[in-house]
Amino acid sequence: MSWRKHTNQVTGLLVLLPSIVLVAVFVYGFIGRTIYTSFTDWGKDPSQALALHPKLHFIGLDNYRELFTGLIDSRFRQDLASTVYFTVFFIAGCLALGLALAILIDHKPRGEGAFRGLFLFPFALSFVVTGTIWRWLLQPGGGVNALPALVGLPPADFTWLTSGKQVWRFEWNALPMYAALALAAALAAIAAVTFRAGRRRRGALLALGAVALVAWGLLPGRAVRLLPFPELHGFNLAFVGIVVAAVWQMAGYTMALYLAGLAGIPEELREGAVVEGASGWQLYTRIILPLMAPITLSAMIILGHISLKIFDLVFAMAGPDNSRTDVPALLMYVTTFRGNQFAKGAAIGVILLLVVALVIVPYLRSQLKEGAGE
Amino acid sequence: MTGRSPRRRTSPWRWLMYVVLFAATAFFVMPIYMMAVTALKEPAAINLDTAWQLPHVWNWQSFAEAWTSFLPKLENSFVLTLSAAALSAMLGSLNGYVLAKWPFPGSNAIFAFILFGMFIPYQAILIPLFGFIRSIGLYGSIWGLVLVHTVYGLPITTLIFRNYYLEIPDALIEASSLEGAGFFAIYRHVVFPLSLPGFVVVIIWQFTQIWNEFLFAVTLSNPDSQPITVALAQLAGGEAVKWNLPMAGALMAALPTLLVYVIFGRFFVRGLLAGSLKG
Repeated sequence: MSWRKHTNQVTGLLVLLPSIVLVAVFVYGFIGRTIYTSFTDWGKDPSQALALHPKLHFIGLDNYRELFTGLIDSRFRQDLASTVYFTVFFIAGCLALGLALAILIDHKPRGEGAFRGLFLFPFALSFVVTGTIWRWLLQPGGGVNALPALVGLPPADFTWLTSGKQVWRFEWNALPMYAALALAAALAAIAAVTFRAGRRRRGALLALGAVALVAWGLLPGRAVRLLPFPELHGFNLAFVGIVVAAVWQMAGYTMALYLAGLAGIPEELREGAVVEGASGWQLYTRIILPLMAPITLSAMIILGHISLKIFDLVFAMAGPDNSRTDVPALLMYVTTFRGNQFAKGAAIGVILLLVVALVIVPYLRSQLKEGAGE
Repeated sequence: MTGRSPRRRTSPWRWLMYVVLFAATAFFVMPIYMMAVTALKEPAAINLDTAWQLPHVWNWQSFAEAWTSFLPKLENSFVLTLSAAALSAMLGSLNGYVLAKWPFPGSNAIFAFILFGMFIPYQAILIPLFGFIRSIGLYGSIWGLVLVHTVYGLPITTLIFRNYYLEIPDALIEASSLEGAGFFAIYRHVVFPLSLPGFVVVIIWQFTQIWNEFLFAVTLSNPDSQPITVALAQLAGGEAVKWNLPMAGALMAALPTLLVYVIFGRFFVRGLLAGSLKG
């Protein structure tokens, strides 16, 4: 038996092998290749850019330096800011609407199945389809803007996808300080959790690190100048419509995640709470919502990584060349395949990967650990 | 769906619930309404002031026109989607069988190794991928896209099948093994016959994902091998668009996945939940 099991395991490994090789090449090999490309000057010399075997020079981190501190790459910096704002509003919108819809459906209205089906169907559509429809809905002279006219009000005149207005601006040069403070806040949170878990030494060390970061951010960090000139970035109001369309598409998905969680709450728990005199409101705030915390975290991570990668929706809604609605994923495509700046495109790709990995790797680890513990 | 609870007085709160539910329904249906009425209007009748009104003259011509220009793209999408979905499902099923039923030292690490590919932003592999596909002569061919979607589909199909096969009792495998069945015989006679729901979930999921995909499609196809999403984005992105055409095109691009969703809703949701890893 054991011998046979052994043979089958070896056969199993051989069966897995093609997939392992494919993933090794197409995922890890290509990532490595992209990282290498991002350290070269591919595209800087137009005569070499499209050559079959371009002569490349190793230029280290220059592409990255230009993206973060170079004069011509301010578009990339605005894109980073846009992605952060977009991600925040997109996640908040999906969670709020998704949870609200899930709770309503959890109350078993008549036609429960029909409502659920209606709220989830946009998830089956392509972002390109969604983008095309919403592009039409958000034409400045019609669609959504004409809605108030239907009830006799003057029509709205918001230029959804082309608005030049920018709010919540910040100075790019202050970024090291903000980054240090944000990192310190994260460290402090981890420190608190570690401390409470009884690992005092480690908690204290982490807290010390947070304090050091705050000190650095407020003193030397403030003096760091990324650019020789002030540069303001903020939230482009042209994104509002894209946020609405993205929430339209993904709120139902969030609802489905919450509904799966709600279905997993044992009926006795609810009944017990009601027997003990909890009101409907208390039932949700005291018992159900706390149980939804892990689902909220999963949803945030999944929506977050979708948002960081968002490309097709923006492409279809506002086109690839609308600088007001640009995001890094789109800029990478335009830089690489329109501008032939392969090395710089690669650098943007690597930055995207790092940001996504920051979110996904801890998530994967915790999920796999949980799965192994079952 | 109805009458599950005993008849009771409808409280004001319940009324409020229905008001909110119908408001949400309006929000979700509104774009579809707009798509349909715009597609059914004559180009000259598409006017921003009357955009919300039903057409005076129903113009089915938009669909005929969109159909002629989109038919080859729809064919591309079907060939691409069905081939890549079937291939990635078959490989995923075998992988899942190994990982769930014949785990070996390090197989969990291999699982994680494969799974990571599901989450990467494809911008991080796009340049070498483009070069590679061009170098093997598949740039601009639908088979290049089939290869790409098969490979990048492996993580999710492996994940879904692995979790699905974990539910099959090990005793079943052991019994066949004691009767002398080998690795492939057990797969063919025990595991595969139980796999139908798994295959439905995976193929529906892959069908939807690949049909809807845009980044690979726009990077690796040429006008002859374009899937529908690329053609639609180009049609709608042009200047001075006659909006009835893109709307008719959007409906055509949406219909296959919508039909799958309506017919196989339950399996669709299972794929969706598996995609969030907790399955």
